[in-house]
Amino acid sequence: MNESDANAIPLAADGRPLEQSLQRALRRQKLRALMLIAPLLAFVMLTFIAPIADMLYRSVDNRIVSETLPRTVAALSSWDEAQAELPDRDVFDALYFDLFFAAEYKIHTRLGSRLNYQQTGVSSLFRKTGRRVDRFDTDEITEQFIALNPQWENPEFWVSLSRDKQFAQQLPTTASVWQDWLKLLAHDEKSVAEEQPEDLLYYALYLDLSQIEAGQQSPGFDWWAGTTAAVKNFTPVDMVAQFEKTDEDWLSMDVWGVLKRFSPTVTEGYFLNALDMQKTAEGIQSQPESLQIYKILFVRTMVMSLVIMGSCILLAYPVAYLLSNLPMRKANLILILVLLPFWTSLLVRTSAWKVLLQQQGVINDLLVWIGLVDDANRLVMMNNQFGTIIAMTHILLPFMILPMYSVMRTIPPSYVRAAKSLGATNWTAFWRVYFPQSVPGIGAGSILVFIMSIGYYITPAIVGGTQGIFISNRIAYHISSSLNWGLASALGAILLILVLVLYWLYDKYVGIDNLKLG
Amino acid sequence: MIHLPSYASTGERIWFYSFKVICGLIFFFLIAPIVIIIPLSFNAQDFFTFTKEMLAFDPAGYSLKHYRDFFTNSDWTSAIYNSVRIAPMATILSVGLGTLAAIGLSQPHVPFKRLITAILISPMIVPLVISAAGMYFFFSRIGLQGTYWGVVLAHAVLGIPFVIITVTATLVGFDKSLTRAAANLGANPIVTFWRVQMPLILPGVISGGLFAFITSFDEVVVVLFVGSSAQKTLPWQMFTGLREQISPTILAVATVLVALSILLLTVVELLRRRTERIRGVSPG
Repeated sequence: MNESDANAIPLAADGRPLEQSLQRALRRQKLRALMLIAPLLAFVMLTFIAPIADMLYRSVDNRIVSETLPRTVAALSSWDEAQAELPDRDVFDALYFDLFFAAEYKIHTRLGSRLNYQQTGVSSLFRKTGRRVDRFDTDEITEQFIALNPQWENPEFWVSLSRDKQFAQQLPTTASVWQDWLKLLAHDEKSVAEEQPEDLLYYALYLDLSQIEAGQQSPGFDWWAGTTAAVKNFTPVDMVAQFEKTDEDWLSMDVWGVLKRFSPTVTEGYFLNALDMQKTAEGIQSQPESLQIYKILFVRTMVMSLVIMGSCILLAYPVAYLLSNLPMRKANLILILVLLPFWTSLLVRTSAWKVLLQQQGVINDLLVWIGLVDDANRLVMMNNQFGTIIAMTHILLPFMILPMYSVMRTIPPSYVRAAKSLGATNWTAFWRVYFPQSVPGIGAGSILVFIMSIGYYITPAIVGGTQGIFISNRIAYHISSSLNWGLASALGAILLILVLVLYWLYDKYVGIDNLKLG
Repeated sequence: MIHLPSYASTGERIWFYSFKVICGLIFFFLIAPIVIIIPLSFNAQDFFTFTKEMLAFDPAGYSLKHYRDFFTNSDWTSAIYNSVRIAPMATILSVGLGTLAAIGLSQPHVPFKRLITAILISPMIVPLVISAAGMYFFFSRIGLQGTYWGVVLAHAVLGIPFVIITVTATLVGFDKSLTRAAANLGANPIVTFWRVQMPLILPGVISGGLFAFITSFDEVVVVLFVGSSAQKTLPWQMFTGLREQISPTILAVATVLVALSILLLTVVELLRRRTERIRGVSPG
């Protein structure tokens, strides 16, 4: 080999530089691997990650307020709750328009229930007002317009007016109400030319016209000068009084405060509620003692999971130890006793416990027969925390035994023998030599059991009663019964964060690749 | 500890036997609740405990009436029908997609391998209530809530981690030179996959499939939310039964399901031993 050959770039068989060729092969390999993974990844993204993201979004989503009451939210932006004064009349006007349309679409009750989570009573207030909003005294305005000029009664006249270029510019409120009116008619599949214009259109027109200055130039409508002058002398309608007549709560600062605080499209309100806090006029505060349930529930879930984890460790350790010291063939045979519960349906095991723990069940019968318990006062072992703990320990025990067993199997027995031959007592040899080596197994099993147990739903729901339920049961309750999806999502998000932290720990210390099944 | 030497002291002897007794009790705790429902399911009365006749082994104390109810009551039969319709379809989806991805993941150079694995395993880690809530919200948006396919897709994604874990474990012991040899002998990648790789990893694929099947067959939280009453599965019906008026038919159902799990366990164990034998790791 001469000098120049050694310096030359090494070439692959096809004449390309070797490095380039290898890189190309590597790229192709990577691409092939990704192509194999891509379908599943897309599937999981769509059916799992997207739903989780949706839930997280719902935990802060608050568009319902600004979508149902767009004008009110805009008018409220300049109002300051801290000044302890009711909003201006224009806010009530805006609310009149918004509520009219919301009631027509029947979405005002949804908003009412949403705001009721923050302030009790809002739901009935909205329902009541929604029923009456189309019977407000604004028909007086309508009559005065028609008396002034009968053409106002004619829908065709409104249509031609709305087609005028000057319409939106000169009469902005009327134009925006008109747009919503058209949408409503389209939604109800009605023709605009045949429908009698509603009172709120006249009211909007009245609001617009009464703001026109006397000397302002006419936009070219032939009725302009006469009408703007006449409107000044109309008998007005007091919108604040209209709302007050419907329900006095409309003059309550609390209602307006809630509307103002929850008008942004994104809210931290659900998360605050999930942590037993609330947004008040004075900022973020704790809920009153009697309403604090979630912190207790989170703590109870954690404490009970820890107890379950602890009892699993206590029960699993001797079994795993026994199994790992038996010859393989015998251990595999006995392992079936662990694997059978593992493979048995969760509901079968839960029903077994429900049957066993009943007051007329097998365990109580047995205790009565032995004479430990009097027939008259049989033990209550179900519908309380004891029931949840014992049933879940049984259900999760295999998840503790299996990781412990696989770690203990790898501990060479010679270490303990060496310790003993060096003079250690049985206890010292176990505690100082064997036990430290089995700790990784305990850790792996504990994290696994803890992760599984804090998210449990079925078993607590069946044997837990009211005292033995977990946070999951509350989440399910909010999804299917109270329909407070935002709060359910916020509680779910907090639980998810907890679990992900544990998952991260598990992955860091044990490695998710080392997870073995069966 | 396991073999008591002849020179053991009295203390050691006591400890040795009490340790065995403790372990025996723990095994009893594990197995007894499952075993005890089997005789109870043959109770001639509508009780959840042993009657005097049963304890006296009087044939009159036993009957098959709860089984008759299980196989004739339309609530239960439609639940069986739904479970049998949903679980296999979900299994096929998880196994098909999961096996491909597991093969991809075990290639030597996979970019973002950790992240991808974490995402694919996450359905197993995230609490079921959270998955159920998210799927309920999202599937309602896209019109899958309350449909057969909604439940199948949800169950398929829950089964995927199990397929990934078992198939990846089988692939760890897979000898790559075999595929190279096949390619060398002129087989194209598809032939290599079906004729060389697949038969070797088949035990892992089947046990992954069984895990996916049992996941779907047993699952109740997600189907409660994502399904409608037309998708009421066996576990759902059991859950309703346990929450409302509990009828002894549930014991018959439980016994049938225990038999099914024994069957599945046997198959998985046999497959695991076969894999170990092929790899030359003898089970003892």
